[in-house]
Amino acid sequence: MSGDAGTPAVRIQGVYKQYGDHVVLKGVDLEVEPHDVVALIGASGSGKSTLLRCVNLLERVDDGRIWLGDDDITEVSVRPDQVRRRVGMVFQSFNLFPHLSVLNNVTLAARKVHGMRRRAADEKASALLESFGLAGRESSYPDRLSGGQQQRVAFARSLMTDPEVLLLDEVTSALDPELVGDVLDIIRRLRHGGMTMIMATHEMQFCREVADQVCFLDGGLVLERGTSDQVFTNPTEPRTREFLRRVLQ
Amino acid sequence: MASAPTWQKSALQVERERARRQRSFRSFVIATVSTVVLLGLVVWAVLSSPGWPSVRATFFSWPDAEASFPAIARGFLVNIKMFLIAEPLILLVGLGVALSRGTRSAVMFPLRALAVIYVDLFRGVPTLLLVYLVGFGLPALQLQGVPVDAFALGLIALTLSYGAYVAEVIRAGIESVHPDQRAAARSLGLSESQTTRSVVLPQALRRVTPPLLNDFVSLQKDTSLIAVLGLTPAEALRQANVYTSFHFNYTPLLVAAVFFIALTIPLARFTDWLGNRALARQHSAGPA
Repeated sequence: MSGDAGTPAVRIQGVYKQYGDHVVLKGVDLEVEPHDVVALIGASGSGKSTLLRCVNLLERVDDGRIWLGDDDITEVSVRPDQVRRRVGMVFQSFNLFPHLSVLNNVTLAARKVHGMRRRAADEKASALLESFGLAGRESSYPDRLSGGQQQRVAFARSLMTDPEVLLLDEVTSALDPELVGDVLDIIRRLRHGGMTMIMATHEMQFCREVADQVCFLDGGLVLERGTSDQVFTNPTEPRTREFLRRVLQ
Repeated sequence: MASAPTWQKSALQVERERARRQRSFRSFVIATVSTVVLLGLVVWAVLSSPGWPSVRATFFSWPDAEASFPAIARGFLVNIKMFLIAEPLILLVGLGVALSRGTRSAVMFPLRALAVIYVDLFRGVPTLLLVYLVGFGLPALQLQGVPVDAFALGLIALTLSYGAYVAEVIRAGIESVHPDQRAAARSLGLSESQTTRSVVLPQALRRVTPPLLNDFVSLQKDTSLIAVLGLTPAEALRQANVYTSFHFNYTPLLVAAVFFIALTIPLARFTDWLGNRALARQHSAGPA
């Protein structure tokens, strides 16, 4: 763990990202303390997902630096696979592997990347699945599960290898309303267990409840950030106020 | 299918089902009658054509069929052997080429370029032409280690030609796997090659199995192209040709055709079955 006093779990400094002519991130700064939950809010296309994908190097930054603990992960010599071993990610559309059973979805990385023995991996995965209310589903295939169940499997898959940081990319956006609660429960429990998380989200109520820090992204910049109380009850920027008024009605 | 209803059907539903039965019976009758009429017309047109007596004598001679049968059957074993050896070789070549085209690292550039050139060239050359070029051109080089055996040369030609097709089919399958699958695998720390092996390829190959089998149906027939290399023992088409030119009767060609059909139809049905199963699976993909 990189939880030495004073060292942020993740530090993002002046990060730029551009696709073709379109600059998505225009110098984003962000610090995430260990065990904190940071929520990224903002309109679609404001760069929330892109920023998350820069943190586990699914996207390469076009400028700026990102540290994971003490390590600058944007250095040219850094091997992305080594970084990704330490960072978990859960996606909006689950992205489970359809050709693998639930159990193999969860254990794949543990076995292939972390060299865990099959039996040990299976045991750990079963325990994780059980704690997420998926006992007995080990041999099911993803297409036999509801969206909420699939997303819980995806959580188990990303937690299997004990990541230092968990990235959540709008993990409830593709779910039917009645299935959202189960997934939010998992996030609450993870927060309670001290997991460091960065989450892009549209769930404002939930965000207010669990986030230690809320960042409003607008036009590729962190326009406003603070505790959830600050940002939600007393936003200083007019654009933040307008955004919140629109999403909270 | 509908199981026994647990409720008393309304008069409306009973009437509806009766009307539906009536309709389906009517369509069955119409389909049967129109099929019989059409077939009758075709048979009549052939049998009453001015050339039919001579065609019957040269293409449908039972004694000639019987006489040529053993040789063609023996020849057909050569086709089957060729097909069975070529198929795994083609899969290997196709898979290798498809994967080479997908590589990204700089070291792999020559391999990538080679793969593109290979596919462009060998997909563009007619298979028969390739059989000639390889069958007669390769041994003419008199290189050490190049086989001169017609069977091996035919095998090389077919593998080169079909390898290019199969490579493209597999590549299409690889590209059809959603990029999110790759992102999910990479985010778990899997390397490029681990991602390809454990996540992308299994999904891609499952998807391209029907079109691959279709290519193999085609390959089964094209094993007859090596007839032009005059190899011994001759394959089925060559055997039929030999008989034909000695006895001035074309019936053996039909016999050979029946052999090929008998081999391809089961594989074609199997392909259909696989395709339907995949469809059914996609449609049943709701929560359990």
